[in-house]
Amino acid sequence: MPKPHRNLVRDYAQDLRLFGSPMSKFGLALMIAAFLVLPTVVQDDFWLSVLIYAGITAVGAIGLNLLTGYCGQISLGHAFFIGAGAYVTAKVGGDFGMPFPLWLLAAAGIGAVLGGLIGPFTLRLRGHYLAIVTLGLVFLGEHLWRNLDDLTGGNSGTSVNADVAIGPVNFADLTIFGESYSRNQGWFWLVWALVGLVALLVKNLARTRPGRALQAVRDRDQAAEVIGVRAGRYKIGAFMVSSAIASMAGALFGSYQQFVSPDEWNLLLSIQYIAVIIVGGLGTIFGSVLGALFVGALPALIDRYSDVIPGVQTSVGDSGFISVFALNQAIFGLLIVLFLVLEPRGLAGIWLRVKTYFKAWPFSY
Amino acid sequence: MTTFLQNCFAGLALGSTYALVALGFVVIYKSTGVINFAQGGLLALGAYLGYTFANNLAIAFGVAILLACASAALVGAGFERIVLRRMVGQPPFAVIMITIGLLFVLEPLITAIWGFDNLQVTNPWNIQTVEAGGIVFGVRDLWTIGLTAAVVVAFFLFFRFTSLGLAMRATAFDPEAALAQGISARRVYAVSWAIASALAALAGITMAAGPGGLSPSIGFIALAAFPAMILGGLDSPAGAVLGGIVIGLAEALTRGYQDQLFSWAGDNVSIIVPYLLMIVILLIRPYGLLGTKDVRRI
Repeated sequence: MPKPHRNLVRDYAQDLRLFGSPMSKFGLALMIAAFLVLPTVVQDDFWLSVLIYAGITAVGAIGLNLLTGYCGQISLGHAFFIGAGAYVTAKVGGDFGMPFPLWLLAAAGIGAVLGGLIGPFTLRLRGHYLAIVTLGLVFLGEHLWRNLDDLTGGNSGTSVNADVAIGPVNFADLTIFGESYSRNQGWFWLVWALVGLVALLVKNLARTRPGRALQAVRDRDQAAEVIGVRAGRYKIGAFMVSSAIASMAGALFGSYQQFVSPDEWNLLLSIQYIAVIIVGGLGTIFGSVLGALFVGALPALIDRYSDVIPGVQTSVGDSGFISVFALNQAIFGLLIVLFLVLEPRGLAGIWLRVKTYFKAWPFSY
Repeated sequence: MTTFLQNCFAGLALGSTYALVALGFVVIYKSTGVINFAQGGLLALGAYLGYTFANNLAIAFGVAILLACASAALVGAGFERIVLRRMVGQPPFAVIMITIGLLFVLEPLITAIWGFDNLQVTNPWNIQTVEAGGIVFGVRDLWTIGLTAAVVVAFFLFFRFTSLGLAMRATAFDPEAALAQGISARRVYAVSWAIASALAALAGITMAAGPGGLSPSIGFIALAAFPAMILGGLDSPAGAVLGGIVIGLAEALTRGYQDQLFSWAGDNVSIIVPYLLMIVILLIRPYGLLGTKDVRRI
């Protein structure tokens, strides 16, 4: 009997493979190669920092996508958990001087605990009510960050001196085979390795039994409960995992930036994360990463090339029509609206369409 | 006692503004099932339009209010017509995000047109005050309370006695059955957006006419009106008014007694009081004080 075509899927297990087709294996190899080589090719600090911030955003967005895209729980409170992670790092990694793996785990642990505290709300509230309660969380958090002076340094912020070394390998000051690398290069490898790790973790979570349960809860929680899924338990669980990942993103953010202030954890940040998962594609891990690259890189590009874009004010009192900040915000808004109206599946959906087109070629329509 | 009454009056004035904004949320939610995050943007737009009519075009203030409300209503109905109509049948999350997106487009547009400066609105109330029984009443606050009361009464009369109001209630209750009876759901949706935007504009311009003047951060009050709406119940107009007043009083009293009673809770604790109150109430009544309970059948 002739061997079936490599793209033919014959059973369920095959459909759930992580890297099934030769093309996706090739894509993976390409991504790993880019990951290894890119910092040595692009040594410019600006571009590397853009990519590092995008990577940190990708980590947080994967967490939010697990909650919103897979479990269907609306949360506007992501900024709160990200802030919590950053402050934990300032305390545990900076003041206590704990090593990198420990402060990252500590941040994740605190995030999970905070998420677990908020979780019970998801049992009683649904949809719109939950969205507003999590919105309240952002404001409560902002008040806390401004007033818990010992932990957060109050309005003036706090510096984060957590080091990023695993054993003898210090990512902030990397030396491999006698070749030394800059802080940004080391951070690029660190952050994007973590993106890969978190992506793999969540992807595996999503394709196993709990993941299918989450999706059942998202699609119709009542029906899920009838067929034996403990909807409440999964909702709280999703909240905990999602906020643990968010806190990790916050920990990385604080440690990379070396300084954080309460102004950063506001509603705008939450919305940025939501924009990332919408633009990238709800319910896909790959989409979260794409979205983070897109939404993360856009403001940096606008900022850098603001003197070329017509009508933009580069400094206060300039004769421009709109400030850089305002332009960024307007573009965010437009992106959200346009993507939701025209392509609700986001960049991942566009990618899927392109892929299907070529798969069916020359019989594409 | 005088301080207490003074604080209560401040709370009532603040609560009226909250009530107007929350009423706008409820109108849209009830007929279309959408929470409109862009309400703050519409509020700011209304306030700035009112400023332009009253200051730049020197139109009488009463007429300027009406014009601002009417233009905001047009913009709101336009939103519904151009964007939200395409989102019928999409999950609530997507629609919420659309309105957030609209807010984010509206805000920079406003600052691009009117700038970031603090503007003073020429108005007949100015910063006059009257004193009675040891309590100082701001004339603007009295007008805000009076206008809110009038609008609320008109609002309930409209829903009770006009055929459009009836159509809106019918659509809110069961859109398909309403369609089958020949009610144009499209018109109802557009009208609810128009009403909500006009309410927001009214709230905005009465706020801007106060001593604080007008700055782009004025739309922030819509965020503070969320707890008012949730507290009263998402789909209850009476609840919106009740919630607005409760939240306004709670916030003003906390601010008034900040130094004596709440100094341990940090500066500006009054800002988060609405949210704390909302969370506590929701834990006891998940659908707000007067909201309809979501019946789940298996």
